[in-house]
Amino acid sequence: MAIITVNGRDIEIGDHESLNLIQAAQRAGVEIPHYCWHPALSVVASCRMCLVEVGEKRSDGSIVMQPRVVPACQTPAKHGTVVVTNSPKARAAQAATLEYLLLNHPLDCPVCDQAGECLLQDYSYKYGRARSRLREGKLAKADKYHIGDQIVLFTDRCVMCTRCVRFTREISGTAELEVIHRGDHAEIDIFPGKPCNNKLAGNVVDICPVGALCSKDFLYKQRVWFLKSQKSVCPQCATGCSIWIDHNKNIVYRLRPRYNPQANGYFMCDEGRFGYHHVNSKERLLQPLGRQSSEWMPLNWLQLVQEIRSRLDEIRQAQEDHLTALVLSPWLTLEEAWLACQWMRQMCPRAKLVRGPIRDLGEDDIYPKTSRGEAVPRDKAKFIIRGEKAPNRCGLDIILRHYETTIVTWTQWLESIAQQNILHVYFINSDPLWEASALELEALRSLRTLVVHDIFPRDWPSVAHWLIPATTFAEKSGTYINADGLAQTVRPAIIPPEGMWSEARFFWQLLDRTGLYHAPTVRREIASTIAALQPLDADELGESGIPIRSCA
Amino acid sequence: MPIAPSEVKWIDERTLSPWDWLYLPALWEGLSTTVRHMFSKKVTIEFPEQRPSVPPHYKGVHRLNRDEQGRVRCVACYLCATACPAHCIDIVAAPSPWPDREKYPELFVIDELRCIYCGMCEEACPVDAIELTTLYDLTGFSREEMLFDKEKLLAVYDYTVNKGTDAIRTLRGTLGPASEILEQQSAPLPNT
Repeated sequence: MAIITVNGRDIEIGDHESLNLIQAAQRAGVEIPHYCWHPALSVVASCRMCLVEVGEKRSDGSIVMQPRVVPACQTPAKHGTVVVTNSPKARAAQAATLEYLLLNHPLDCPVCDQAGECLLQDYSYKYGRARSRLREGKLAKADKYHIGDQIVLFTDRCVMCTRCVRFTREISGTAELEVIHRGDHAEIDIFPGKPCNNKLAGNVVDICPVGALCSKDFLYKQRVWFLKSQKSVCPQCATGCSIWIDHNKNIVYRLRPRYNPQANGYFMCDEGRFGYHHVNSKERLLQPLGRQSSEWMPLNWLQLVQEIRSRLDEIRQAQEDHLTALVLSPWLTLEEAWLACQWMRQMCPRAKLVRGPIRDLGEDDIYPKTSRGEAVPRDKAKFIIRGEKAPNRCGLDIILRHYETTIVTWTQWLESIAQQNILHVYFINSDPLWEASALELEALRSLRTLVVHDIFPRDWPSVAHWLIPATTFAEKSGTYINADGLAQTVRPAIIPPEGMWSEARFFWQLLDRTGLYHAPTVRREIASTIAALQPLDADELGESGIPIRSCA
Repeated sequence: MPIAPSEVKWIDERTLSPWDWLYLPALWEGLSTTVRHMFSKKVTIEFPEQRPSVPPHYKGVHRLNRDEQGRVRCVACYLCATACPAHCIDIVAAPSPWPDREKYPELFVIDELRCIYCGMCEEACPVDAIELTTLYDLTGFSREEMLFDKEKLLAVYDYTVNKGTDAIRTLRGTLGPASEILEQQSAPLPNT
């Protein structure tokens, strides 16, 4: 057990932990300001912001301090280390470093997107001085909009921490970014004609401690202090990155990765990061529609519940319940899939439960890439973008296995639809990017009943009989289980468009349950029924989720 | 903090004397005030025909100032909207069409009916783009008409500047890198 003294307070560090002084001080609740150090990246100690006084406590109790300040990020914490962050010497070092970093930094906080979450602002306030003493004009460097399709570099705001350069070299491995020139002319740039467009490029915006790298998608959309953040899970692939959904006035403005050592680490991919636009789309289906002869009539939700219920009663009375199928989207939460299955089995006990279409874009994309652009072996992966583009295939399979002996996939089922003479289908799709092919639409055209639950109308009006709007991941409340079997809580950031019911609420109503849908209660109900999901029988799944062992 | 009983002073209603009971003294006093004011200098004016001159720091209708090139001075930093206690300012920002500026307001709408004319927006503005003018008689036929957009607010600027009623009140900084404090304009630096 190593004992370290931070500002006079002793803290203990485990034997097998290797921490630097920034991390050790964090344990003691002391902030050591830093720009270039990032827990996922290598240490360069180039920003000099974390200079502290360091000494050693000897076995006889005497303390010997080093005569100079040293960078905390580069100094390992070991037994007897003494750190002083608030002495006049350390304070002077911090203030001097900040003054140098701010020499050429433009005072354009009013137009800078980072303002409000900017470490230069925060540290200037805490450790810096109120005015610049620079009498000469500041160096102005041109903005670089060409640096990437999704990122823009405001060159003059950069403090040369090189976090972005190290990110592209160490995490994505694509190494597009570099430092050109020297001294105060140093700039971040790309190699000529090779923009930073790798699938993790959006992360450099997050790791940039100042407003130099900004996201073109979020550029000038909102000031960050208006945004409210909700913890949730990215639905775009089976990795299930933990995210923050930043929203204001019921509009989602951006997604940011949330640290989760069990799922994504510190980062997320661009596909997920910029894949939220369907939430704010104007094309979304907003009202349930029912087809009467050839006309589409808007229905209210209670009417719809009645119509669907009476239709299924008819089917059951006509003894056609074995010719009925419920197709469940792997974008549904565990709870929604559970309620839907429960309802279908209650109405039509012999109905077929089918796993809905999954967009599968082939192999998992593993980072970092080697210098030849090849993926590293899986055990050395720092980030994996799954080929399977669905957040909850694993969870859905567990539910389906509870009801069916084998899991019928969408393609298998579609082939057998004619042989089995399927007449009635309830189809749920919450994948914003999946489109039914002409062949699939043709297979569904001859059905006697087709109820479709979808986010967008797509081609459904030509084949469906009822069209029900579905909610997006930012409006759902429930649980997703990712490809590694990690169950995480999806929390609603915004409320669905006016009057819209979530899938969970709709099935809750169809089941004629009393009270209101409450995801954790339903989750506990599932956990107590299905043995494989036993670990989910808890009030909270915690920040980083709970692993389910039996998940394939 | 409760008030101590010793600090409370009870006052009884004055008992009227028989002279007071006649009410004539009170009547005389009141009427004499009326008559005195009939012959003293008037403090009211015939409003629509005559116009009061309001002090230059009067907080009336907003305007959006123009820079030297006649462009809107605002850089869409949302600080006025953040400071606004009535939430009456609505801004949509966009990358600016000019090479020397990064951000500008694509839309800038103030709900003049919702505004409480406190002047916090003027105080918050880092580039002195929004100012309150001495225009006080703001009327309209509908609520929509009272939503002043960017063009209208710039028109208020043109009107007040041409008329000479409202000089540009605050000029702390220049535009460009927004509100860079210039040496010659700022006070002598401390610690030097």
